Amino acid sequence: MKPIVEFKNITKSYPGVIANKNISFSIEPNSIHAILGENGAGKSTLVKILYGHVNQDHGNIYIDSKNVKITSPSVAKKLGINMVFQHFSLFESLTVAENLILGIDKKLSMSELIEKSQSISSKYGFNLNLNSPISSLSVGQRQSVEIVRSLLNDPKILILDEPTSVLTPDEIKNLFKIISNLVQDNLTVIFISHKLEEIINLSNRVTILRGGEVVDTLITKNENPDSLGLKMLGYKISKLKRNKVEDNSKVLFSLNNVSTFNQDPFSINLKNINFSLKTGQILGIAGVAGNGQNELMEIFLNENNDNFNGDVIFKNQNINQLSTQDRKRLSISYVTEQRLGHSAVPEMSLTENVLLSMSHNKKFIKNDLINFKEISIHTDKIIKKFNVNAPSNLSKASQLSGGNLQKFIIGREILSNPELLILSQPTWGIDAGSESFIRKTLIDLSLNGISIIIISHDIDELLEICHDVCVLYEGRLSKNLNVEQIDATQLGKYMGGLFD
Amino acid sequence: MNYDLILGILNIVLISTTPLVFAGIGELVTEKSGVLNLGLEGLMLVGAVSGFISLVITGNYFYSFILSILSGVVLSSIFAFFVLRLLTNQIATGLALTIFGIGLSAMLGKKFAGTPINGLSPYYLIIFSFILVFLINYILYKTKAGLIIRAVGENHHSAYALGYDVIKTRYLTIIFGGVMCSLAGFYISVCYAPMWQEGMTAGRGWIALALVVFATWKPWRLLVGAYIFGGVAIMQMNLQAFGVKLPGQFFNMMPYLATLMVLVFISSNKVRLKLNAPSSLTMPFIKD
Amino acid sequence: MIKIQKRNSSSSLIFYLSPIVAIFLTLFFGSLIFLFLDLSPIESFKIFFIGPISNWYGLSELLVKASPLALIALGLSYCFKNNIYNIGAEGQLTMGALFGGGVGLFFYDSNSFFLLPTMILFGSIGGAFWASIPAILKTKFNTNEILSSLMLTYIALLILDYFVVGPWKDPTGYGLPKSRPFSDAGRLPVLVDGFRAHIGVYFTIIIAALSYFIFNKTLFGFKLRVTGFSSKASKYAGFKNDNLIIYTFLISGACAGLAGIFEVSGPIGQLYRDISPNYGFTAIIVAFLGRLNPIGIILSSLLIALTYLGAEDAQLFLKIPSAVGFVFQGLVLFFLLGADFLNKYRVLLK
Repeated sequence: MKPIVEFKNITKSYPGVIANKNISFSIEPNSIHAILGENGAGKSTLVKILYGHVNQDHGNIYIDSKNVKITSPSVAKKLGINMVFQHFSLFESLTVAENLILGIDKKLSMSELIEKSQSISSKYGFNLNLNSPISSLSVGQRQSVEIVRSLLNDPKILILDEPTSVLTPDEIKNLFKIISNLVQDNLTVIFISHKLEEIINLSNRVTILRGGEVVDTLITKNENPDSLGLKMLGYKISKLKRNKVEDNSKVLFSLNNVSTFNQDPFSINLKNINFSLKTGQILGIAGVAGNGQNELMEIFLNENNDNFNGDVIFKNQNINQLSTQDRKRLSISYVTEQRLGHSAVPEMSLTENVLLSMSHNKKFIKNDLINFKEISIHTDKIIKKFNVNAPSNLSKASQLSGGNLQKFIIGREILSNPELLILSQPTWGIDAGSESFIRKTLIDLSLNGISIIIISHDIDELLEICHDVCVLYEGRLSKNLNVEQIDATQLGKYMGGLFD
Repeated sequence: MNYDLILGILNIVLISTTPLVFAGIGELVTEKSGVLNLGLEGLMLVGAVSGFISLVITGNYFYSFILSILSGVVLSSIFAFFVLRLLTNQIATGLALTIFGIGLSAMLGKKFAGTPINGLSPYYLIIFSFILVFLINYILYKTKAGLIIRAVGENHHSAYALGYDVIKTRYLTIIFGGVMCSLAGFYISVCYAPMWQEGMTAGRGWIALALVVFATWKPWRLLVGAYIFGGVAIMQMNLQAFGVKLPGQFFNMMPYLATLMVLVFISSNKVRLKLNAPSSLTMPFIKD
Repeated sequence: MIKIQKRNSSSSLIFYLSPIVAIFLTLFFGSLIFLFLDLSPIESFKIFFIGPISNWYGLSELLVKASPLALIALGLSYCFKNNIYNIGAEGQLTMGALFGGGVGLFFYDSNSFFLLPTMILFGSIGGAFWASIPAILKTKFNTNEILSSLMLTYIALLILDYFVVGPWKDPTGYGLPKSRPFSDAGRLPVLVDGFRAHIGVYFTIIIAALSYFIFNKTLFGFKLRVTGFSSKASKYAGFKNDNLIIYTFLISGACAGLAGIFEVSGPIGQLYRDISPNYGFTAIIVAFLGRLNPIGIILSSLLIALTYLGAEDAQLFLKIPSAVGFVFQGLVLFFLLGADFLNKYRVLLK
């Protein structure tokens, strides 16, 4: 059977990173084809190229054996390619019917629309009331609207980007039924996922991407979670010697049975998170984006608005009620994932950005008055010690490169002498030199008895620095894996959601 | 009960409320697409003076009407350029437009103030105002064009992602709003008064802003609300006839108080706010 | 093809030059307007800009107008720096005049030294009180402050109307909508006898200096600026956004209230309907033109005050309506906003 989609040598780079490198594989018609990989593997880029959102640098795409140039989404749609994004384009104050009309290309009268969407709904098992406003629908129902919107265009190929990340287990079952029905009816479904269980349950074939390249394309029923997980992760796991954490070292920080209950349907709720951290230990929390990392960071910072159960314990003291500032006073420091606009204000100078994090420090603020001299001296210290390349301490944060800004922020937090340092995605998007500087700095810190938690999508980074790694998946935390004795297969399984 | 008096008052309410309906429906459409235009007072005054001056010069109602509309097109296009292309702050730009319009209209009208004109019968435009509200309601809720306006007003990023031209949509709604304001001004100077006097719109532009919020951005509610506001204003002037002892100012305050209460009510609940108010109101659209 | 690119960091040069560019462009367009009216631009500018301040009396009048503008704009700068759009200053000014003036009327025949300070105190309380309403509506009910402060302005004006036409009307005033005049003890002293410029000017200068200090040297000013830039960073820093909103509204309302009581106890001397020629709205222009900076605000208040005076003179000598002042004010704001665009974005021609 001739493949319906064929990628040949697709290459796409962005400044500093090659997102897709010589990707070649094909997709069979009337099949469910999964694309598996962790963050940064290149999955999103590839499907965006197929959908015309992004254009490849080199390589060709063949649809039904014809070489096509997909320059924009409207070209893609004309070729019968439709995509449902992870973040929906729906209008909450409008009804289902109105949202459908907005999304289709053809001119359909209202009655034609009603007729067609009703036949699609009954055929595939969607349950949609055309007159409901979107705001009254659950996330699963909203996704149905998105899918029906695509189906109204009579597509041949439907791309779903991480479709189950926000669905309940029942909704997932329903979605799988719908997808199977669709495929029986001449449709080809491509879905992106990092979840091993669903790939095994749902797909006919799976292509594994890692570091922008194709690892393999396999027939799913011949595989098992172990093999898939391992291939997703890769084989290289460097074995670095790191300092030992004494067995009788005290527990510094722990989370006991923490669960969140945010109302926002698009957030992931944490479920019974338990871990404890010893003095001088570096713990890595791995996981693909969107599995609760933001929510976990909010618990650490206390930016969660009290929508949680459980206890956050620091030095045997329950700190649930303590604000971010109070926690800083207890010597916990934070480096957030978003630099500009969260841990730094782009329009303010470096000196002012030091004050941002240190406004509780009596050396800098006395009786509400700012002591600029002291802050300036301290800022210079940070700049010097952490190799920050900045014209002066009055330069605006937005003028620094990503790597330098991150070194500055990490330096600022480290020089506040924390006992616990929590970082989220510390080295994303920065140059290699700054990256290795930061990693070395963190290891040095732990040698001085400071505990560190690193939340990161970058498994290599965690394996290089941490003593132990656990995986966050759909709001649940796996048990710790000791890095020096790590089993790559087990890690891969955890990353894909299959905890023991 | 003096029925003649009541009919007379109803007639006055009808005639005096119509400018509010025009300005209000114009701003409603503009805000529905996500833009807040505080320049209504200025637009109305310039429309009024343009209509008046062209009537004095040409003696032709049609030319007067066209030139009045044109003034609205020009001024609101400038406003649109600033807020849509130069991404200026909508509040400040609208204020600039109002202040500028107040001054410009006074300057243009100085030479002609006091010239007597034959007013046009207001009933043509009164009937038109009712038809207009019906049309706008139909367009907004029963056509794709109206759907696009509402989509852009709620979430301009999603609308853009679906391939709709946010900037063009907003240009059109802003110009429509401007034209409606000039029409309101034209009505005041050519049909209602009929004459020209500095600042003759007497704050109707600000009342129109309140009206749009009071009506929770829905055309039929706007029509009803306009007549409530207008009725209150007229009643206030005739309180003796009704034997009411409350001070007139409290009557005049009611529209603003009522609007404030509606605003607080819809804002206090996130879902209610999303369903009633255009979420992207005052936010500039910047393509990432 | 024109492409627009966001600048990484706004250029300081453009930031401080743009008001000057805006002023020049306004003058240019202004001269076109004068030409259109068959007037010589040079003569007209002399009458408009130079004439009003060419004698001591004129300079005093300039201060009379600039002082309330600057005072209100200074208060507004606290809100604007925090990204809060308080456009109800006109109403807060009115309530300040009402509260303070009410005290003055209650003691209309008093000669006590304490009368004026009490009036001033109540003036600022009145303005702060009126501003607290949109503040609470915003923090507790998520209500948009633009619309709420605007509605409250018109309510305030109507309340003033009620009092001067009703309960507070001067019984000896021939039925005109004015209150009794305040006693001498309730009048704001002038700086120099024979001129109308009053000690409100001192308050304005002190508040300007205080604001400069607060914005640049205190934690409170720092918190304001951070929250104005990014509310997420403000939370990271541990600043309480809601409290800041309330404080900035109160300060802004108090300043506007002060301006109101100064106007009625100073040049006006009593309460009546039109106590302010739109100061509350014009002050917004002054605040923007002055870049929310106390020194800039003082300078721009002088310039805008000049447009008020120039407009009056233009009406007398050039026979054009005084509304020409509004034309200039509107133009300068337009050009400033336009120039601001270049400050934030780079225009590339491809």
